[in-house]
Amino acid sequence: MRKAKALLFELGQPGRCAVDLPQCDVPEETSENLIPAKFLRKVPAALPEVSQQDLMRHYTGLSQRNFGVDSGFYPLGSCTMKYNPKINEDVSRYSGFALAHPLQDESTVQGALELLYNVEQYLAEIAGMDAVSMQPVAGAHGELTGLKLIRAYHRHRGENRTKVIVPDSAHGTNPASAAVCGLDIVEIKSNSDGSVDIEALKNAVGQDTAALMLTNPSTLGMFETSIKEIAEIVHDAGGLLYYDGANANAIMGIIRPGDMGFDVVHFNLHKTFSTPHGGGGPGSGPIGVKKDLIPFLPVPVVVKQGDRLHLDEERPLSIGKVHAFYGNFGIIVRAYAYIRALGPDGLKQSSQDAVLNANYVLSQLKDDYYAPFERFCMHECILTSKNQKSAGVRTLDIAKRLLDYGYHPPTIYFPLIVEEALMIEPTETESKETLDSFIGVMRKIAEEAKEDASLITNAPQTTVVGRLDEATAARKPVVKWKA
Amino acid sequence: MAWSYLPHTEEDRRAMLDSIGVKSVEDLFADIPAELRMDRSLNIPAALSEPELVHHFATLAKANANATEYTYFLGAGAYDHYIPSVVDHVLRRSEFYTAYTQYQPEISQGYLQALWEYQSMIAELTGMAVANASLYDGGTAVAEAAFMAAGVTGRREFLVAGTVHPNYRTVLKTYGIDRNYSILEMNHKDSLIDVDQLRMKLNRNIAAVIIQTPNFFGSIEDVKTLAELAHAQGALLVVAVDPISLGLLEAPGVLGADIVVGEGQSLGIPMSFGGPYLGFFATTEKLMRKMPGRIVGQTVDHEGNRGFVLTLQAREQHIRREKATSNICSNQALCALAAAVYLGTVGRAGLQKVASLSMNKAHYAYKQLTGLQGCETVFNAPFFKEFVVRLSKPVAEVNQALLADQIIGGLDLGRYDAKLGHCMLVCVTEKRTRADIDRLVARLGAIL
Amino acid sequence: MNIPQELKYSKDHEWVKVEGNRVTIGITDYAQQQLGDVVFVELPEVGADLTVGGGFSVVESVKAVSDVYAPISGKVIEVNEALVDAPETVNQEPYDGGWIAVVEVADSSELNELLSSDDYEKLLAEEGDH
Repeated sequence: MRKAKALLFELGQPGRCAVDLPQCDVPEETSENLIPAKFLRKVPAALPEVSQQDLMRHYTGLSQRNFGVDSGFYPLGSCTMKYNPKINEDVSRYSGFALAHPLQDESTVQGALELLYNVEQYLAEIAGMDAVSMQPVAGAHGELTGLKLIRAYHRHRGENRTKVIVPDSAHGTNPASAAVCGLDIVEIKSNSDGSVDIEALKNAVGQDTAALMLTNPSTLGMFETSIKEIAEIVHDAGGLLYYDGANANAIMGIIRPGDMGFDVVHFNLHKTFSTPHGGGGPGSGPIGVKKDLIPFLPVPVVVKQGDRLHLDEERPLSIGKVHAFYGNFGIIVRAYAYIRALGPDGLKQSSQDAVLNANYVLSQLKDDYYAPFERFCMHECILTSKNQKSAGVRTLDIAKRLLDYGYHPPTIYFPLIVEEALMIEPTETESKETLDSFIGVMRKIAEEAKEDASLITNAPQTTVVGRLDEATAARKPVVKWKA
Repeated sequence: MAWSYLPHTEEDRRAMLDSIGVKSVEDLFADIPAELRMDRSLNIPAALSEPELVHHFATLAKANANATEYTYFLGAGAYDHYIPSVVDHVLRRSEFYTAYTQYQPEISQGYLQALWEYQSMIAELTGMAVANASLYDGGTAVAEAAFMAAGVTGRREFLVAGTVHPNYRTVLKTYGIDRNYSILEMNHKDSLIDVDQLRMKLNRNIAAVIIQTPNFFGSIEDVKTLAELAHAQGALLVVAVDPISLGLLEAPGVLGADIVVGEGQSLGIPMSFGGPYLGFFATTEKLMRKMPGRIVGQTVDHEGNRGFVLTLQAREQHIRREKATSNICSNQALCALAAAVYLGTVGRAGLQKVASLSMNKAHYAYKQLTGLQGCETVFNAPFFKEFVVRLSKPVAEVNQALLADQIIGGLDLGRYDAKLGHCMLVCVTEKRTRADIDRLVARLGAIL
Repeated sequence: MNIPQELKYSKDHEWVKVEGNRVTIGITDYAQQQLGDVVFVELPEVGADLTVGGGFSVVESVKAVSDVYAPISGKVIEVNEALVDAPETVNQEPYDGGWIAVVEVADSSELNELLSSDDYEKLLAEEGDH
């Protein structure tokens, strides 16, 4: 039964409130006595006025109209929707973490600093890097920070390098981050399997090359086998290598970006290190760097002085700050808990199982869906709707049909260089039974395409709303409530 | 060894490898050149069981002074406002926090509606036509606003009040340096932007004037006058605000601001040692399509049911790539949800009350403190919940002494500006009781 | 696919209607089909100087966006304000109501560089092969 849900603004009555606030226990003045009237608000903000029960029902109702990893299988490619351990939620809320102020004296936050220091060491080890900054709060933020470090490094050496080479298969954030960093983008064509076209790279590098940005495993979920040669080409031209850690879930304890030749790397803690995606954030995008880039890291840097930890702001070559404080500390606490819970063997097992699961799904579905690449994938696999095209079924339709079966669809239409792509990333936290059920449903949809495609093209039928009119939403945007 | 996050048994793994047609999992990694692989285990500590983990974290947490045990008079961009219990109960619903971006609207209606309601509340508070679904924090929101102003005006110079939070100014500089933007900081006079200097420096090359109100010193800037000055030269006015203050203070949109941003941490988000926080961002209808970040729009499905979708996506990096309005992808959605729940909880009258309590208690504290020997008034500008006093002793020394009495004193401004040696930025929220304030006054009286 | 005979075309999928010293510019039927539902057209300013090959307008659909490049140098003398409220006209009538701007031609020799309808049809056939 489809029914729109009332807005919070449509509930309640004037005078209701969902929390009991204290009475004023100091001599109370009128606002005009404390602040000139010209600065005071004439009309109060029209916020909702609801009771606590109604508020809780509103948000509980909304949560029931939303799908998370805890609701069901969420194989969203390149997003690593793994299970978010509950203990991590608990420990991040300990008062000593959640209720500490970022500017209180260092001597009173030694536990928080120790946590930051430790997690930097662990991530440096996992990445094969010499130092890590936890300050960036998202993957794209890590990219921006990393590129700024690269620019500062070249600038310090008296070189004006302004071009970033980005494969055409890259995530959209790569060119966008480069542009925000004032760099020019040189896009190079990829081979059809998403790997770097070595000749194109050789032609693209030069004295103006600041960096190559690369994801490995690639955005097509396959390992870049020529990585060593790629690194040599870029380094020989005086450029640096930036590692987009979006796909790092395939490599923990197996291979390290630092050993592949990368100079700067970001990790997405909300992907690889199990912190919740939060409905689109907060995430965390720490960056790791090789030795030569350490002087440029954002301030402050956590340093050890004897047995005390200190936030070092006095770093003359630093790029400055990319966040008002130290990054998304609460998220870092969760990632630290994850690393400590799994240890070295658990992290490696996670990556191995992630790759196993993706290859298992690929092997089971490649007869029903077109598999454009005849090789093993890493942690995610790509199929397309090419076999279903003649029935008038597109990738979007398959995605919508999966909703009817209670699954979150894979990533669709990315990477852009594969037509009608479905990118499936099961992650290691899914059991064989879950994968088998999903495989069964995908096969059933392939059957439906042959027998009655309208079941797919009219999907979804079971969701709280049908397919929405996105064109009207963008033409005549209604982006806020009006009384 | 088994881990509870990893479901496979050895039999599962065997069966799956057989289906794939390989002997061992190593075969799946055959593409990785052998000479580059790790030939040892990661050098990180061995796994902890859940009880061991709890113990370890309890130990680390215990080493941090925090707001359950200490009384905070420290603000400066992170505030100890009361967080109603319901906020975390909503955030703990894992349908919200274990979801990702709402790319499949049919199964994301709950979050989309919550974010749309959040946008509505921010627009209401700031007096603007449109708000996005969040940015990283107050500092990056200021930088994004500057970039947007440059894009809209085609100009490259900014005048930034020296009364904007110093960390925000640093973020702005860091963001701006690689774009060859010129950023000039304005002096301050009696804790407010120096309007005469601003008037002199303003010209038709200026993309935006960037201010904060209540500013870093807690003082209230004259937004209306500053907007008129900026607009006279075709520049935009970017205003960073404390959202709690908008329970009492006039909405910047009403006063002529073009872009209103700020740190939303005060709205139900714990201090959490500096993050995750919430950058909010609002602007006029005219500039809507130049705004960074995600936006949720209202629409209908084919049966005419009201629904919500991510909209105006052509601005964003996944479509527009290097020409996107920003590189932001993941934002701070769960913090935006917290802010919406907070604002829905306190409601229209509650927000006014929180603002009024904070303002009254701050003024009471100011009066009591400046009555002390060795604690002087520094500025005379009207303030909201923060103010500056000059002490007869170094602030660091005073704060050390206050710690013994479970008090976290105000910010040592001498660390940011040599001219403000011995000056303390004191913050008083609605959580501070009269007894708390009297205790601070008594202790300071004894110390100074 | 509609490719009117009387118009000229650019390789970037704009059409040009020549009327003396003025040209009207829009995007082709093929271009609007590739984009899908058009939701917004960013119009140039009247009086703006265009250089051949430079971006002067942006056409957005729900999931795609396309820069419109000047097929010819000149000065913008009129823009299609109706697209502000009804951008879908670009889909419905790409060669009529969906026009974007009228430009006063600076160098009429540039017109010779444009494609005929036959040549444009060939170009589309080639692109279709990929």
